[in-house]
Amino acid sequence: MIVVDLNRGDADPIGDDNVVIRVEGLTMGFGSMVIMENLDFTVRAGEIFVILGGSGSGKSTLLKHMIGLYSPVAGRILIGGADMARAEGAERENILRQVGVMYQMGALFGSMSLLENVRLPLEVHTDLPLEAMNRIARAKLQLVGLAEYCDFMPAEISGGMQKRAAIARAMALDPQVLFLDEPSAGLDPITSAELDQLIRRLASSLGMTLVVVTHELASIFAIADRVIMLDKETRSIIAEGDPRVLRDTNDHPWVRRFLRRSETEDLPA
Amino acid sequence: MAEREHSADSMLRYSAQEGTPGRVVFAGRMDAYSVGPVWASVLEAAARVAGADELVVDLSDVSYCDGAGAALLYSLEHSATQRGGAVRLHGVTGAIEGHLKPYREAETVVSARPPQDIPWTQRLRAGVSSVGHEIFAQIAFIGEYGQALLLAIRHPRRVRWGDTLRVAEAAGFQALPIVSLIAFLLGVILAFQSAIAMQQFGAEIFVADLVAISLLRELAPLMMAILLAGRSGAAFAAEIGTMKVNEEVNALTTMGLDPVRFLVVPKILAGVFVAPLLTLYANLIGLLGAALVMRGFGIPMVAFFNQVSGAVDLTDLMSGLFKAAVFGLLVASVGCLRGLQTGTGAAAVGRSTTSAVVSAIILIVIADGLFAVLFYHLGI
Repeated sequence: MIVVDLNRGDADPIGDDNVVIRVEGLTMGFGSMVIMENLDFTVRAGEIFVILGGSGSGKSTLLKHMIGLYSPVAGRILIGGADMARAEGAERENILRQVGVMYQMGALFGSMSLLENVRLPLEVHTDLPLEAMNRIARAKLQLVGLAEYCDFMPAEISGGMQKRAAIARAMALDPQVLFLDEPSAGLDPITSAELDQLIRRLASSLGMTLVVVTHELASIFAIADRVIMLDKETRSIIAEGDPRVLRDTNDHPWVRRFLRRSETEDLPA
Repeated sequence: MAEREHSADSMLRYSAQEGTPGRVVFAGRMDAYSVGPVWASVLEAAARVAGADELVVDLSDVSYCDGAGAALLYSLEHSATQRGGAVRLHGVTGAIEGHLKPYREAETVVSARPPQDIPWTQRLRAGVSSVGHEIFAQIAFIGEYGQALLLAIRHPRRVRWGDTLRVAEAAGFQALPIVSLIAFLLGVILAFQSAIAMQQFGAEIFVADLVAISLLRELAPLMMAILLAGRSGAAFAAEIGTMKVNEEVNALTTMGLDPVRFLVVPKILAGVFVAPLLTLYANLIGLLGAALVMRGFGIPMVAFFNQVSGAVDLTDLMSGLFKAAVFGLLVASVGCLRGLQTGTGAAAVGRSTTSAVVSAIILIVIADGLFAVLFYHLGI
């Protein structure tokens, strides 16, 4: 059995010590339809890694492959050196404990208060006494600025607050990797900027590795250390690196258009 | 100096040392999995070695500490403060401080929910007011769909007949297998149970009268209405409820389409239309089941159906079918009403569905009782 421990330098037995996630030759698809072919990239410890791409390019699908909800057609995804798709039983549970996921719509359980939502992973995976679980859940909600809403039901708070609560739930077990699916989607610019700040803070103060799917331009430049850009036409990664550098130096017309959208939109017709 | 050592899966070790000041020394990993098993004993040991004095918590040998580890450290701080003492952390890193910060901040946060200490008179008033609102909503809904139904009768071309037929097919045609099974068994059971008693008097032939009258007038409409409530009333509530949750109902309103005309009228028309048809079908299948049982008791089929045609007339059949139509109206109406009353969230759809079935069955039973009194006074 592979022991997954992403806190230690020996996390990745196949190469760079600093690599948390390694995607090798990944082909994704449903039935006979291939969405992306032969993807290769790595996510390093402590960075904010952003997956970019147009609508329908397979960003969320890639994220779902990385968290083990979908199985690859070919290739493999190694999290802390363990192959997510092939892991079973205790090994799979061990990997899942090390990752937290915030889904696009928050996916909070409507019948539970925010505190109960955040406490749930602790109840399932640990032997902590109730008092400790409540304390941890409150602290996680405090971290996202929602401690005063502990006893509120998800339906009683706004969409932005629901997303923050979902981040708190994803962090309940202090995972080493946090996956965020479109955190800013549907939020106003101010709430979206606050969420970006929160994401930055999580990475810097808690040393978390974050994998974020987004196509909000402002968020990309605010949070990303490194990005990959998926292209629907070629079904491959067309750019990889620091988004600011890509914006200024990349020659691919689509990448330039994507990352300079605000500039081209301002141009007179 | 007393010393005690504990290990949890060789991951987190601690030792509690008495002295001035008392010390708790941690070594290894402090995470959500390792602190759980030692949580209570650490707090107990800390209280024992430090009491109301200062406690030193030594973290120099801690290799990893996350939020759960910080929760334990904060609990040590919190309980020391309650005892009148204090905690001094030794060997604390920036990362541990980062994890501890939200615990300290969360302690002083008060709930944003306004205080719930409401006097009973106010609660009673709110309760009565909510019942009043519920009754008002039901009356308003009846008025709204009554108006929509009248409009449908006056302008039949405006009715969405395609939707009506689709609902009628789902509620009627697709229900035939379960209706067949239940009606057949109903006829068989009725005939069999009564035939055993009648046989003692040599009056087996009158089983036909008993089965025919009870099926046509009472049991078939009642059973079909309950079946319709369980199958279609629940489906109506779930469908409209999900549309409400997904804001599809709001989309209809903003497009200028009346949700009652668009969603409710086709379902009510389908309910009123299929309930008598299902009842008619159930009558036939139930009588067939009874006839088969009576063959076993030596009564030929011809004799059975001859006896049935003498025992019941068109009034019996029509009164049953009329009741079925009213039951269909009630089931479809309450299903749609509960769907439109759905709140937010997935659980709300479940509540609406349950409520639709329960309300429909209550209404069916009440209506059946009223019909019994009405038909008695009308001599039907």
